[in-house]
Amino acid sequence: MRERLLTGNRYQPLTVRSSRLILSYMVNSQERLARTFMALVDPTRRAILAQLERRDGASISELAKPFTIRLPAVMKHMDVLANAGLVTRSKSGRTVTVRLRAQPMREAMEWLRRYERFWSNSLDRLTTYAESKEAEARRKGR
Amino acid sequence: MTSVTLVRRIRARPQIVFDAVTTAEGIAHWWGPDAGPVLVAESDPRVGGRYRVRFLRMLDSTEYESSGEFLEIVPPERVVMSWRWKGGVPDPGESRVEITIKTVAEGTELTFVHSQLRDEEARRSHEGGWAGALDKLEAYLAVRSEGR
Repeated sequence: MRERLLTGNRYQPLTVRSSRLILSYMVNSQERLARTFMALVDPTRRAILAQLERRDGASISELAKPFTIRLPAVMKHMDVLANAGLVTRSKSGRTVTVRLRAQPMREAMEWLRRYERFWSNSLDRLTTYAESKEAEARRKGR
Repeated sequence: MTSVTLVRRIRARPQIVFDAVTTAEGIAHWWGPDAGPVLVAESDPRVGGRYRVRFLRMLDSTEYESSGEFLEIVPPERVVMSWRWKGGVPDPGESRVEITIKTVAEGTELTFVHSQLRDEEARRSHEGGWAGALDKLEAYLAVRSEGR
């Protein structure tokens, strides 16, 4: 394998490029996560998301109603949420409607659950392995 | 600090499960996040002994390594080990893995606890209190992803 890498020059740039690609993907996903968590850290923004959970596609002024803060402040929160990709806004006439986007939240949850996923998959294989060992021991009459 | 607890019922006697968990041969058969192969498994299962597992994660075709020290060993009931993750991500520090093996009618009940997961983001996130918010939105997301 090493010889192949040394003699065939064309393998090398490919390796470097693909590892850069993985690295850039990892950096980007870390940045996306940071933006998601930053957006979720504020209680007003969480309340806005919770409202959207009940009435997806509401207008900004509808969403602003339960809050004591003014509309411009709500708009600013909306910018942060949109920046993190948690909501999308669309304008028709004078009304701006807001919709939830599930993807960044899903990524955030996957990140939080990464250990659980790791071990859950591992333990599934452990179970299969131990059970096959048990069957083997029984066949041998132990 | 966060922790993960998982329970599995296994149709095998406790000694077989204990060996699968502590020996290099056993570990090589199951350790890792996906179907990627274990590349190196070393284990010295006695108090103060170390283990090291190197595996390939299929998802990003990258090698990762976890290693640590056996802190407690009571065959065939209990194993406690320290756990450290290397490669791919910034070092999240040392955490603790505790495995309890109990005899039940069908064979073994294994309880797996990974605790003291004190990565910086997790700490900050808990202080920020958004973990609860994520939980609330979880049901919503589950419905959504089914719809797609």
